[in-house]
Amino acid sequence: MSLRTPLSRVLGRGSAGEGVGHWWMQRVTAVALLPLTLWFVISLLGQSLQSYDAMRGWLGQPWVAVLTILLVFTLAWHAKLGVQVVIEDYVHGKAAKTTLLLLSTFIHVGAAVAAIFAILRMALS
Amino acid sequence: MNQRPLSPHLSVYKFMYTMSLSILHRVTGCVAAAGFLLFVWWLMALASGPAAYAAAMHALSSPLAKLLLVGFTFSFVYHFCNGIRHLVWDTGHGLERAQARRSGAVVIAAALVLTAIAVWFGCRAFGLAP
Repeated sequence: MSLRTPLSRVLGRGSAGEGVGHWWMQRVTAVALLPLTLWFVISLLGQSLQSYDAMRGWLGQPWVAVLTILLVFTLAWHAKLGVQVVIEDYVHGKAAKTTLLLLSTFIHVGAAVAAIFAILRMALS
Repeated sequence: MNQRPLSPHLSVYKFMYTMSLSILHRVTGCVAAAGFLLFVWWLMALASGPAAYAAAMHALSSPLAKLLLVGFTFSFVYHFCNGIRHLVWDTGHGLERAQARRSGAVVIAAALVLTAIAVWFGCRAFGLAP
């Protein structure tokens, strides 16, 4: 006999209260990153990294900018989910764990916003 | 905090080589996350103007930075390859012990080869013909 209430079974959220949402988004972002990172790395290999004008011209193109925004957004999300699991697994003090989780969230959101701002600035100027 | 053992309790398992690949997946994931921050810094430098970009590229051309870039590259490539392995596992395939060992060896080989290729391209980008 299960001691779980019918409601809890239907919602399927488990003991952490959020179900498989974290696990699933880790996979969704991973699948999205396969083509995005592959595209970015291969395209980058064809650019002359040392030339400021060439790099600005490349990243300023509409589709390159859109795909790079998708890339940094998804990367930040995927990294945030992954680093969160590592902190939850290996940092055991409650104060240290909460502090690091907050810090990680702030850094990842900040990095994503900075990257998207940088790309928009190059694409729209 | 209660005193029950919390997952992951790694010390109760006999060591196997596939375990080190799994741990390496986490380590390389964290290193790649740090590499992402460097990438954002590079993007910001590019958006800031020619002087900031030249300074960033100069900073990245120091020997220590190059070593760091090779480390980030390997971490990203390994995490990418082993991530595909994990996604295949999520579909329920390749979980037999022999299969998991074989796919692990493939991932290591692919990561090393792709890192070498990326480093070769990187040297060209920095004007060092290898």
